[in-house]
Amino acid sequence: MMSDRPASEIVDFDVHTDEMLINMGPQHPSTHGVLRVALRTDGEVVTEVTPHIGYLHRSAEKIGENLTPRQFLPYTDRLDYLAGMNMNLGWALCVEKLLGQRVSEKTRHLRIIITELSRIASHLVAAGCYGLDLGSFTPFMWTFREREKILNLFEEVCGARLTYSYITVGGVTADLPSGWLGRCEAFLDQFEPVIDDLHALLTNNAIFIHRTAGIGVLEPAMAIDYGCTGPVLRGSGVDWDLRRDGEPIFTDMYEGYTWRVIASTGGQYPQDHPYPPVPPEAVLGDSWHRYFVRMLEVVQSMYLIRQAMEKYSRAGGVVDGPAQVKAKLPKGEAYLETEAPKGQMGFMIISDGTPVPWRVRIRSSSFCNLSVLPELCRGVLVADVPSIVGSLDLVLGEIDR
Amino acid sequence: MTELLTYFLGPIWPAYTIAALVQCALLLVVALCSAAVFIWLERKVSARIQDRLGPTRVGGRFGWLQPPADGLKLLCKEDIIPAAADRPLFRVAPYVSFCATFCLFLALPFANGWVALQLNAGAFFLLAVAGLEVFGVILGGYASGSKWSLYGAMREAAQVVSYEIPLGLCVVIPVLITGSMDLVEIGNRQAGWFYHWYIFHDPFMFCTFWIYATCAVASTNRAPFDLPEAESELVAGFLTEYSGFRWVIFFMAEYAAMFVVSGLGSVLFLGGWNGPIPVASLVGLSGDPSTVAGWLGNLLGLANFIFKAVFGVTCMIWLRWTLPRLRIDQVMTTCLKYCVPLASIMLAGAMLWTFLFSGGVGR
Amino acid sequence: MKVQDIHARLADRFGPWLVAQDFEALDPWIEVKPEGLLELCRHLRREPELSFDLLNCITAVDYFQPDPKKAAQVEWQPHLELIYHLWSLAHRHRLVLKVRLPRWRDDQPGQPPEVASVSGVWNTADWHEREVFDLSGVRFVGHRELRRILCPEDWVGYPLRKDYEMPAEYHGIPSR
Repeated sequence: MMSDRPASEIVDFDVHTDEMLINMGPQHPSTHGVLRVALRTDGEVVTEVTPHIGYLHRSAEKIGENLTPRQFLPYTDRLDYLAGMNMNLGWALCVEKLLGQRVSEKTRHLRIIITELSRIASHLVAAGCYGLDLGSFTPFMWTFREREKILNLFEEVCGARLTYSYITVGGVTADLPSGWLGRCEAFLDQFEPVIDDLHALLTNNAIFIHRTAGIGVLEPAMAIDYGCTGPVLRGSGVDWDLRRDGEPIFTDMYEGYTWRVIASTGGQYPQDHPYPPVPPEAVLGDSWHRYFVRMLEVVQSMYLIRQAMEKYSRAGGVVDGPAQVKAKLPKGEAYLETEAPKGQMGFMIISDGTPVPWRVRIRSSSFCNLSVLPELCRGVLVADVPSIVGSLDLVLGEIDR
Repeated sequence: MTELLTYFLGPIWPAYTIAALVQCALLLVVALCSAAVFIWLERKVSARIQDRLGPTRVGGRFGWLQPPADGLKLLCKEDIIPAAADRPLFRVAPYVSFCATFCLFLALPFANGWVALQLNAGAFFLLAVAGLEVFGVILGGYASGSKWSLYGAMREAAQVVSYEIPLGLCVVIPVLITGSMDLVEIGNRQAGWFYHWYIFHDPFMFCTFWIYATCAVASTNRAPFDLPEAESELVAGFLTEYSGFRWVIFFMAEYAAMFVVSGLGSVLFLGGWNGPIPVASLVGLSGDPSTVAGWLGNLLGLANFIFKAVFGVTCMIWLRWTLPRLRIDQVMTTCLKYCVPLASIMLAGAMLWTFLFSGGVGR
Repeated sequence: MKVQDIHARLADRFGPWLVAQDFEALDPWIEVKPEGLLELCRHLRREPELSFDLLNCITAVDYFQPDPKKAAQVEWQPHLELIYHLWSLAHRHRLVLKVRLPRWRDDQPGQPPEVASVSGVWNTADWHEREVFDLSGVRFVGHRELRRILCPEDWVGYPLRKDYEMPAEYHGIPSR
C-alpha cells in the first residue's frame, strides 16, 4: 500500500546516551507562534521531530459558512496576520472568480502596490525574526523599524496597522489619500540602503552562514512531494511562482510588469541588483538559500511597486469600491491560489445560490511547509531546530486557521 | 592598612581581620557598582546599536537610576522555586557563582600596589578561581529540575572548561615575558609610553591579545558564545527557573566576571594602570605610592585601569548585539581547532622572540 | 493539456470508475469512484504526460441540510464529497478530482466513511487527510498515523459536519 514512501527511520549513532523527550513550545521564544515541537534527542542530536499544531484553531472555515463573503473578509486578515493584505487579496480574488468579476485597471495597479508592500513587510519580519532566533538581536530592530514605516503607510490608507480588511470583494474599501504615493516613494528610496545593511549583518556574516548553510537541506522533489510552496520551494531551486504561472485571474493582475522570479538557475540568482556572493558552504535547498530568496524577493517587490505607482498615476478611471454586502452568490465552486509571501495561499468557496457560502476552504502555505519539518530535522543538533523552523517562515495563524 | 591597625590594636590577628573585612567590603562595593553601571551601559549601547534610545526617563535624561529601579523591582519579586527542583542546591547555586567571581577581585590590581591580595602567583590564582564559576552554573542548571536548564548547564560545562585551556595559554605569554606571575609586577613592567605595553612588544603578543579576547568572551558566556543562556532556543538556559533576587546574583556574577577578565586583559596586554602617555611621571607624581605624590599618581593610574576595563566591557557589549550565536559544536571547534593551536604557536613564537631579541627571559 | 483531453486519456484505462465530469465549470472536475481513487492518483502522478506532482489541497464538503424544510428543496442526496486539487509543475495543467462518499459508513451514525489514503502518492496528503479526518470525519485506509491534527486528541465529533453539535463542556470548561 505505502509503496512510494520510505518508513520513518530513527537515525542511529554509535555512542548512545539516554534518550530525552523535550518539548519546544507551545510557549517558546522561537517557534513563531503557538507551535509545539516534540523533540526526541540523544544528547544534543535530534533523532525525531514531531510538530503538534491546533493551539490557534479558531474554526475559520466553519465561521465562513455563516457569513457573506464581505463579512468574512476580516477573518482572512487573521490568517497570516503578518501579511494581511495578501490574505485579503486571495479571498477577494476567489470570490471575484466565482462572481465572474474583473476589477478596473486602476484598481489592479493599486492592489499590486498594496500587496507588494505587504510582501516586503512580511519578509522583513521573516528576516528579522530569523536573526533573532539565531541570537542576532540587531537586525530584528532594524527590520521592524522599516516595517513600522510600511505600517504607517497602511494606516493612512485603511486605518489599521495589522488587520486591514482593505482589499475587498469587488475592489478596495477606499482610494489612496493624497500625497500617499509621494510618501511611499520616499520610503522606498530610503529603504534600499537598509537592505545592504541587512546583508552585511546577516547574509554575509560568517557566523550566520555557519548556522544556516547546509542546514535543513530540502531536495526539490521532496519539496514538491510535501506541497511546499513559496520561498521554501524556490529556495530549493524550483522555478515556480504563481504571479507568473498561476491562474489567469491572478496572473492578469501582473500583466505588463517586468520582474524576475527569484529561483536559482544554474547556481545563479537573477542579477539585476547587487547582492553578496553565494557562500561556498551553502547548498541549494538549505536554510541560507530560503532566507536569501526572501531577501531578493524584497528587491523585486520594490521594482513592482515603483512600476505600479507609475501605472496607477497614469491610469484613468476610478478605483472600484466594494461589492454589495447581501448580493446572492451564483451557484458553483471556485478555488484560487495566490502567491502570498509565505507560499501559495488557496481559498475555495462553494456556493448554493444564497448570499452565504455552503463551504469555505482555506489552504494555507505554512501548513504544508511545516509538514516537511520532520524530514528536515533528522540528525541535526538541537540548536539547528530553531534555525530550520525560522527558515520555513511559519505563521501559526494560517496553519491552524 | 594592617600596620596602621596593629599600631592601634596590638595583636596582629584582629588587625588582619578588620583590614581584610574592610577591603572585602570595598571590593564588594566595586563589584556591585560595576554590575549596576554595566547593566545601564549595556542597555544604552545596545539601544544605540539598534537605532533606539534606551532608558531615558528614570532619574533624569540618561536613565541612570534604571539599574537601581530594576534591582528594587527584582528584590520585591515572588520567590518561586519549581516543584521538581532540588531545593538546597537551587538556593545555593547563584551564591557559588557569585563568590567565585568575587574572589577574582581580591587578586586584581587596580593600580600599582593597590590590590587586596598581592600574590606572587596572581595570574595563576585568577585563572584557577575563574574556573570555579562554572560550578554555580552547573548546580543551577541541574537543580532547576527542568530539561532546558540541564541543556544550558551541560553546554556551559563543556564551553567554559574547554576555553580555560587557550585562556591559560594566552595568560602564560605575558607571564613568560615578565618572568613573574605577580600581576603588579607585570603591570609595572609596562610603565612608560604606550610602546612599552605588551601588546606592542612583538607581533606574537599582538595576536595573543585577540585570542585572549575571544577566550575571555567565551569564558564569560557572552555572545557569540552565549549558548548556556541562549534565549531563542532554551528559553533562558540554566537561568530559566531563576527569578527575582537569585537571578540578580547570577547576573551580577556575570557582569563582575566581565569586568575582571577585561581588567586582567588590560593588565596583561594593555599596560594596566599605565596610560599611553606617562603624564604622572612627567608631572612629577610618580614614585613610591606611600608618598603623597606617588599616591596621586596612582590615582591617575586607577582612572586609567578603570577606563580600559570599562572599554573592554563595552567592546564585549558591542559584540553581543552585533553577532549571531554559535552552535555548541562550532564553539568547541573554535576552541579546540583554532584557539588552542594558535595560542600554542603564539607561545612558541613569543618565547623565540624574547630569546632572540630581548636577550633572555625576564628583561 | 485541457481537462477534456486528460479525461479522454484516462477513459480507456479507468473508464468504469469515472462517474461524472464537468468541463464547463470554473474549475473543471472529474468524479471518480472511491474504489478507483488510489489507482487513478498513482497513474496521474506517474504517467509522464500527466505528471501531477503537486497535490494542492484535499477538501471535504458535507452535503447535508439539517433544516428539514430546506432539505426538501435541495436536488442532491446527503453525501460527503472529497475534492482533490492537483497541479502539474512540469506541464502547467490543473485537475480537480471529486469522490462521493456516504456520510456514515454502512449508514451507522458515528462511523466515519472510508476511502483509500493517497499519502503514499503525495506526502502532502499526510497532513491534509489528518485534517479531513479530524474536522469532517473521513477515515483514510492505509494512512501512516491517522489522528487528529487541529482539535485535541480526545475531542469527540467532527466539527465541520453540518449536523455537528458543540459538546456542552470539555474537561470541565463550559463551551456554550
